Amino acid sequence: MSTALREDLKLIAEWVPAGASVLDLGCGDGTLLAWLQHSKSVRGYGVEIDIDKVVRCVGRGVNAIQGDLESGLCDFSNQRFDMVVLSQTIQAVRHTEAILLEMLRVGREAIVTFPNFGFWQNRWQIFRGRMPVSETIPFQWYDTPNIHWCMLGDFEALCAKNGIEVRERVVMNQDRRVDFLPNLRGSLAFYRVGLRQ
Amino acid sequence: MSISEQSVGIVSAQRADFKLAIELTSGATLPSYSLTFETYGELNAQRSNAVLICHALSGHHHVAGRYLPEDKSAGWWDNMVGPGKPIDTRRFFVVGVNNLGGCHGSTGPSSINPETGKPWGAAFPLMTVPDWVKSQARLADRLGIERWAAVIGGSLGGMQALQWSIDFPDRVAHALVIASAPKLSAQNIAFNDVARQAILTDPEYHDGHFYAHGAVPRRGLRLARMLGHITYLSDDGMGAKFGRMLRSGEFKYGFDVEFEIESYLRYQGDKFSDQFDANTYLLMTKALDYFDPARPFGDDLTAALSRAQAGFLVASFTSDWRFSPLRSRELVKALVAADKAVSYGEIESRHGHDAFLMLDPPYVNLMRSYLERVAEEVAA
Repeated sequence: MSTALREDLKLIAEWVPAGASVLDLGCGDGTLLAWLQHSKSVRGYGVEIDIDKVVRCVGRGVNAIQGDLESGLCDFSNQRFDMVVLSQTIQAVRHTEAILLEMLRVGREAIVTFPNFGFWQNRWQIFRGRMPVSETIPFQWYDTPNIHWCMLGDFEALCAKNGIEVRERVVMNQDRRVDFLPNLRGSLAFYRVGLRQ
Repeated sequence: MSISEQSVGIVSAQRADFKLAIELTSGATLPSYSLTFETYGELNAQRSNAVLICHALSGHHHVAGRYLPEDKSAGWWDNMVGPGKPIDTRRFFVVGVNNLGGCHGSTGPSSINPETGKPWGAAFPLMTVPDWVKSQARLADRLGIERWAAVIGGSLGGMQALQWSIDFPDRVAHALVIASAPKLSAQNIAFNDVARQAILTDPEYHDGHFYAHGAVPRRGLRLARMLGHITYLSDDGMGAKFGRMLRSGEFKYGFDVEFEIESYLRYQGDKFSDQFDANTYLLMTKALDYFDPARPFGDDLTAALSRAQAGFLVASFTSDWRFSPLRSRELVKALVAADKAVSYGEIESRHGHDAFLMLDPPYVNLMRSYLERVAEEVAA
């Protein structure tokens, strides 16, 4: 197993405790879960809508369940998982709030990552009169799967509204952490959240 | 690669006789019985690469290959089983078996009842999926197979794979449950009963002792098969294949065959009624209806599966309305709740329930991918 994990996945992996049970929503080809299983003895399942990606998961020994996040997580019981991951997908789902709540129904904690719409390069493109296209947003406005854009403050407000506390936040730009003016200088946001006790 | 290169080639059936009585779920006992089976590939030195193929309602032990080079058709799953195919006979030792109560060589209603010297007929005890699994386990003992690398089946066959994982947890490394269900729905049982009624009310059925009358309830079997066949196809698939095509191109204003679909169904019904035993058909449909592994566990499927040790692959097909994806997802849900290793594919297909016998590419890829892992795991 290659140890080279993409920078953003590496950060997620750091937040997953060893031996945890993990649900990875939109798990793609299973890269993260395969690494977690191998390096942190994690037990987990991925949910993926694309059968070709399910096949790739199966080929690397990752449990993958073909399904559509939009129809909810009714196949999973309450508090079934230690950690539920939604990586760079929340901006593309229709029922954003419902999914966030579902994640914290089936899991004790959740990791949510998304491209920060408030990143200065996005703002600059808008200032110049065009919708942003960048490394983290590689789509034209007319063929983008992304329908629910937000910035750090927006996501945090949604959490607050639902009694969700942010337990950890990291903002990155090009594999580097951004601590100063993150909503302006960060292109990718990482949150570890849980229900307020 | 041509078909012939990928075939297991010429095969022959074998028979295993069991003198040991088998107690059945119904309370009845069979004092002795035989199972007809076939094998393909080689059992490795560690005996770790054996795969059991469980058949569905009308299947049997002849899974792959041909008996004679001139045989028109190969085994019923020849497209999936063979050298280089997803169930790869270069890596796996594959066993196909005709279930007890069958009509292709294993002891069944058309066999002679040793006590009467006549065919069992309707007196042959009804079978359940756990009974079959028990008998298959004895065959595994006979073949020196302690643990299957995989037990694989579609439809009723998938039910057997699932039952294996519950009844013999330490003897199944992987269970592949395809186009199946953890139990039949009322609608599904209803279809089975209409099929049974077609046979039971055929005057040629003679209360199941038609052998003695030199009769065959052909009309009943034919209707049963025609009905079944409709439910195995999707509206979409049937429409694409037959549409409203007429045999002669115009309406004849009578009840003879006019539409191509009528011709097709009648042909399928006729072919089937020439080959299949009516009592076996009744017995197989009852086994389907009775299947409910959660029942002994207070209807808690998760509790039933908690003892399983196998890894699971569950697959369903979008246009399958007889064993719909929802039923497979019920199973997946219980497996996840029981903390079992499981992957699930919901394959886009227009082939209805029959899709498990077809080669929709995502299905083939999923099977191949999963079984390659299994082969690596058992060092096949």
